Amino acid sequence: MIKEITILPGKDKNENKEIFDQITLKAGETISIVGPTGSGKTAFITDIELLAQGDTSTGRYILINGESPTDERRYDPAQKPIAMITQNTKCFADLSVEEFFNIHARARKINKKQIVTDTLELANKFTGEKIKPHHKVTILSGGQTRSLLIADALLIGAAPIILLDEIENAGIFKQEVIEIIRSTSKIIIFVTHDPVIALLTKKRLIMGNGAVKKILCQNEAESGAAQNLLKFDQKMGVIRENLRAGYEITQELVSANFA
Amino acid sequence: MKLLVIAGPPSVGKTSLTKQIIKRFQKEIKIAYLKIDVVKAFEDIELRKEFHILTKKVYSGDLCPDHAGVMIMGDAIEWAESNNTDLFIIESAGLCLRCSPYLNQGLGLIVLSSIAGIHAPEKMGAMVSLADIAVVTKIDLISQAEREVLIQKIKEVHQNIILLETNALQGTSLQRLYDLIEKSAPINKETLLLKGSPPLGTCTICVGKKEIGWKHHFGVVKKLDGLAADYLYRGE
Repeated sequence: MIKEITILPGKDKNENKEIFDQITLKAGETISIVGPTGSGKTAFITDIELLAQGDTSTGRYILINGESPTDERRYDPAQKPIAMITQNTKCFADLSVEEFFNIHARARKINKKQIVTDTLELANKFTGEKIKPHHKVTILSGGQTRSLLIADALLIGAAPIILLDEIENAGIFKQEVIEIIRSTSKIIIFVTHDPVIALLTKKRLIMGNGAVKKILCQNEAESGAAQNLLKFDQKMGVIRENLRAGYEITQELVSANFA
Repeated sequence: MKLLVIAGPPSVGKTSLTKQIIKRFQKEIKIAYLKIDVVKAFEDIELRKEFHILTKKVYSGDLCPDHAGVMIMGDAIEWAESNNTDLFIIESAGLCLRCSPYLNQGLGLIVLSSIAGIHAPEKMGAMVSLADIAVVTKIDLISQAEREVLIQKIKEVHQNIILLETNALQGTSLQRLYDLIEKSAPINKETLLLKGSPPLGTCTICVGKKEIGWKHHFGVVKKLDGLAADYLYRGE
């Protein structure tokens, strides 16, 4: 059981120690990592994904339930408690979608036959043009690849800690993401530039120069603002989907949404 | 003296990984490095300049590079030992992928690139199946899911291989490799043997005879209408 993970400080780009003593994230918590590009956001979640033991460029240590992870936990995918959805929009493996899921399920020691169909079904909820089981993963579009990887992380990775790197760029519906945030006993960490996602998470880490600069907790005003932004976002979504489907945007549609 | 044999196809990150290993150990122990390549190699000069360690290179030229490796390795180990080396790193180009340069002592390490293709581990045969450690490089370029699929493929070729993933340019997550090197026993050069028997093609074609037709060649000869000549091997 993963109750919590602890991040011990590393160094910023000028070799100065980070300002915090330790950051502990508990099961059921959602956290966002924000900051300018190049500030160390991806490096932060990569440290968690690799269960860094002072052997990454940042020098951070990651503890699970207060202890250093065993070698098995670090290196055996079947025991790894972490699934990360990276910014990758490309797969290089010369495999069909079905083979890809099957091999990954073997790596994660999942024997459920249904897993391939379930994962594909979930991926197809996120993407516009449907992915077929016989498609080669190498020919999928950027958005399809990300949908596939998100579904894979949720169902095959199925880990108690989920790391999501700029999921808003995936071209998927934010509503689905919000659902992930709400219905979980997992630790979920978002690297994000999206104000809605950032405001909806309980904790925010602000990055700069390769280090954590500040840790904020969501306050009441922010929680209200997030709800308002979410409504705007849904309205934007309606227009976006109409455009994508080839409809003309009418006066009625605009006034219904932005009146 | 400890021995580390690093193999893998060109441009997967063998030298980047070697640099991380040297960086980690150079203050504590004396390191020597040998590069075996076919036509051109610069790594020996590069590493000598950057780390001021003892380096050497061998070109196999017209000879099969793995064959050349087997031939010169005895001398090379004597050379390293006579220079009081604590850790001897041999980097092999690894070209036709049928052989493996690993020995029955020290560590044999295969370097694989994340983006080299999912079937690479199977295609590389002995170079993967006889290695002690596999290091997968360039992991920052692919997703975690794809990395795990690749790892699974490697495990299906060699179940007990020790698997590590790294971004060799930054040297991430290599602590376990350093521990393995530290713990590896010193070699005894009297009892060194190749781990696998390599099917080395040391025939007249390999060494540069260009004539067409079996009548012009020595070694294992093959006729059009049969698997092999009446005599399997022509020559002494």
